[in-house]
Amino acid sequence: MGKSSVDDLVEAGSEYHAGFVTDVESETLPPGLDESVVHFISARKDEPQWLTDWRLEAFAKWRKMREPNWAHVHYPPIDFQAISYYSAPKSQTDGPRSLDEVDPELLRTYEKLGIPLHEQAALAGVVPDPAAVGTPEGTNIAVDVVFDSVSIATTFKETLAQAGVIFCPISEAVHSHPDLVQKYLGSVIPQQDNYYAALNSAVFSDGSFVYIPKGVRCPMELSTYFRINERNTGQFERTLIIADEGSHVSYLEGCTAPMRDENQLHAAVVELVALGDAEIKYSTVQNWYPGDENGKGGIYNFVTKRGLCAGPRAKISWTQVETGSAITWKYPSVVLRGDESVGEFYSVALTNNRQQADTGTKMIHMGKNTKSTIVSKGISAGGSENCYRGLVRISPTAQNARNFTQCDSLLIGDQCGAHTFPYIENKNNSATVEHEASTSKVSDDQLFVCQQRGIETEQAVSMIVNGFCKDVFRELPMEFAVEAGKLLEVSLEGAVG
Amino acid sequence: MKLLDVSNLHASVETDDGPQPILKGLNLTVKAGEVHAIMGPNGSGKSTLANILSGRPGYTVDGGEVMLGNNNLLNLEPFERAQMGIFLAFQYPVEIPGVSNMEFLKASIDSLARARGEEQPNTANFMRTVRELAGSLDLDPAFLKRGVNEGFSGGEKKRNEIMQLLLLNPKLALLDETDSGLDIDALKVVADGVNRYRNQSNGVVLITHYQRLLDYIVPDYVHVLSNGLIIESGDKSLALELEAKGYAWLT
Ligand SMILES: Nc1ncnc2c1ncn2[C@@H]1O[C@H](COP(=O)(O)OP(=O)(O)OP(=O)(O)O)[C@@H](O)[C@H]1O
Ligand SMILES: [Mg+2]
Repeated sequence: MGKSSVDDLVEAGSEYHAGFVTDVESETLPPGLDESVVHFISARKDEPQWLTDWRLEAFAKWRKMREPNWAHVHYPPIDFQAISYYSAPKSQTDGPRSLDEVDPELLRTYEKLGIPLHEQAALAGVVPDPAAVGTPEGTNIAVDVVFDSVSIATTFKETLAQAGVIFCPISEAVHSHPDLVQKYLGSVIPQQDNYYAALNSAVFSDGSFVYIPKGVRCPMELSTYFRINERNTGQFERTLIIADEGSHVSYLEGCTAPMRDENQLHAAVVELVALGDAEIKYSTVQNWYPGDENGKGGIYNFVTKRGLCAGPRAKISWTQVETGSAITWKYPSVVLRGDESVGEFYSVALTNNRQQADTGTKMIHMGKNTKSTIVSKGISAGGSENCYRGLVRISPTAQNARNFTQCDSLLIGDQCGAHTFPYIENKNNSATVEHEASTSKVSDDQLFVCQQRGIETEQAVSMIVNGFCKDVFRELPMEFAVEAGKLLEVSLEGAVG
Repeated sequence: MKLLDVSNLHASVETDDGPQPILKGLNLTVKAGEVHAIMGPNGSGKSTLANILSGRPGYTVDGGEVMLGNNNLLNLEPFERAQMGIFLAFQYPVEIPGVSNMEFLKASIDSLARARGEEQPNTANFMRTVRELAGSLDLDPAFLKRGVNEGFSGGEKKRNEIMQLLLLNPKLALLDETDSGLDIDALKVVADGVNRYRNQSNGVVLITHYQRLLDYIVPDYVHVLSNGLIIESGDKSLALELEAKGYAWLT
């Protein structure tokens, strides 16, 4: 019956909409990694000695470590000597990084990326109307754009400064706020935490730095767009967000990359620190190039993200919508050290064609009355493999800790796989740990019901998938929720013929 | 005016043991303004007929023709048939978790409008219309926010189908046992809904096991479908006769 049955739908490849290459002149280091590369990066950024030393220390540790192989993903060995560890658009290497100096090519890039128009205006140097900033609708978003290795533009800096909020490239924060950077860098994710974190610590290029002072509610959403452009480069960005006591911030991260035949490595580190009564909401829409329908090319996304609820009643929530990357290996985690602190993880991971995702979270309960919630929605289509891996650890000190985990998988077609690995380590009898899991399929019947009411196949699948993800989309800031819905639609294009 | 014309329809269902013939040369003509009741023993092919007319996957048409007005339906995708005005009220309505009823109905009405080159209704008016319809079928408006058929009781699912019928206002309504599982009051509500839908330019094919429904929705014709063929046709008195005698005397 033509296109109407699910089996028939799971055939052709999907099209990647962010797969353009931007033609900008760039300065790229030749492939290879040794101490001199670490020195070069550090020198290029004019870093203080302590940071150079810190990088070298990480590099020494990395050299002694082995690549992890426990994840449910398969790929040929990565040649770390074949990757270039630094690439920067040339026009940005001299002079001040003012907005009007942004290469027009790059602005066109943002347009193609679908960065909301008001942000483009800001990126293009249009001065925002201060009265419009921080409106209740939250229509203003401050953006930091990281293009290959370099942060090229940060918007709304002045408005944020008035509130005392620091939002700038981490390379800049090293100079402007060295005490904060030195105190917190590596404090949540130590250099030797894992192989990729060690690598990142040695060669990280740039990324965003955020500090929200005591009692301040950040007046707007903060956002970073990451873009890998150059061939053969890895991207190793590093993000550090510190919410001081009683403060509040919502941070959005978006990622895209061009279509390349070869695989590219992305090994980022994101550290969040929420002090007492502070709240950090971190949302990601990740759409790195997933490779073609045969699994050629695409980004290896090996990322370490962790937040520390350092003080009482601190709260950290991770919300992620992951549709991209050839391979995803990522477990945004929360260490609940403060009493009554709260950790949340809401995730949608969609895989299609040959994509592989091994993602989940870790909730480490240490404080009393700590509470964590995990809602994971995995969608597999084509011949992809989607795996949830989660750890809930209740330490002996975590009196009355509570966790609720819900893990749902949705299969589209019968060539794909969904796997769930929930690990629970409970060392305290007073804890409550609940786990619910389900696996369902987009059924022929559901599709037929939609079609019988006049809804075309592709829209029907996207509606059903969006319905499945509702619990997670609800957690995203409005504008992002719409974007995320559209992204799922685009990513499923292949799956619906 | 002929609305639906089914001639010499042969069809089989795809089973694990290969195709199994169900419809064996069925003929049926529905003119605008008419209600045709189809009765017949379990397993005789009533749902199969409704499914094939609406294009459900899993069946093969082995011969014959189905026309809706001047359009040959059999080569069309299910959504195209719906856009042309075929509506199936399901014998077993399907759940779509997470997709709210309201959202589903909006997607449906927008798709139909788009396909017909009509303007899509404005959201506020649309929501008002839907709420009123729900009220007229004794459905709590809270249902509209819930997932499509998600956790609805049997009777609620059936009333929900009739609400969709009234909202989408198709040319031809295929109602597959919409009366089964309804309590007496709900039966009247549903019948009343169908009667409101009826007019001189549309048609109804009403599949049912119970003459009781036909007291409320008075059919122009009653057909008996048995073993893939219509073996007897008559007016509403045939239903009374069947009620009294069963099907055995016909076969
Ligand atoms: N998917 C299927 N696989 C195998 N057999 C099927 C399938 N669908 C229908 N059939 C068979 O086709 C025949 C006709 O079924 P159909 O559902 O059309 O009957 P019906 O007249 O609607 O019955 P009822 O009054 O019980 O609803 C039955 O024998 C049924 O078992
Ligand atoms: Mg039936």
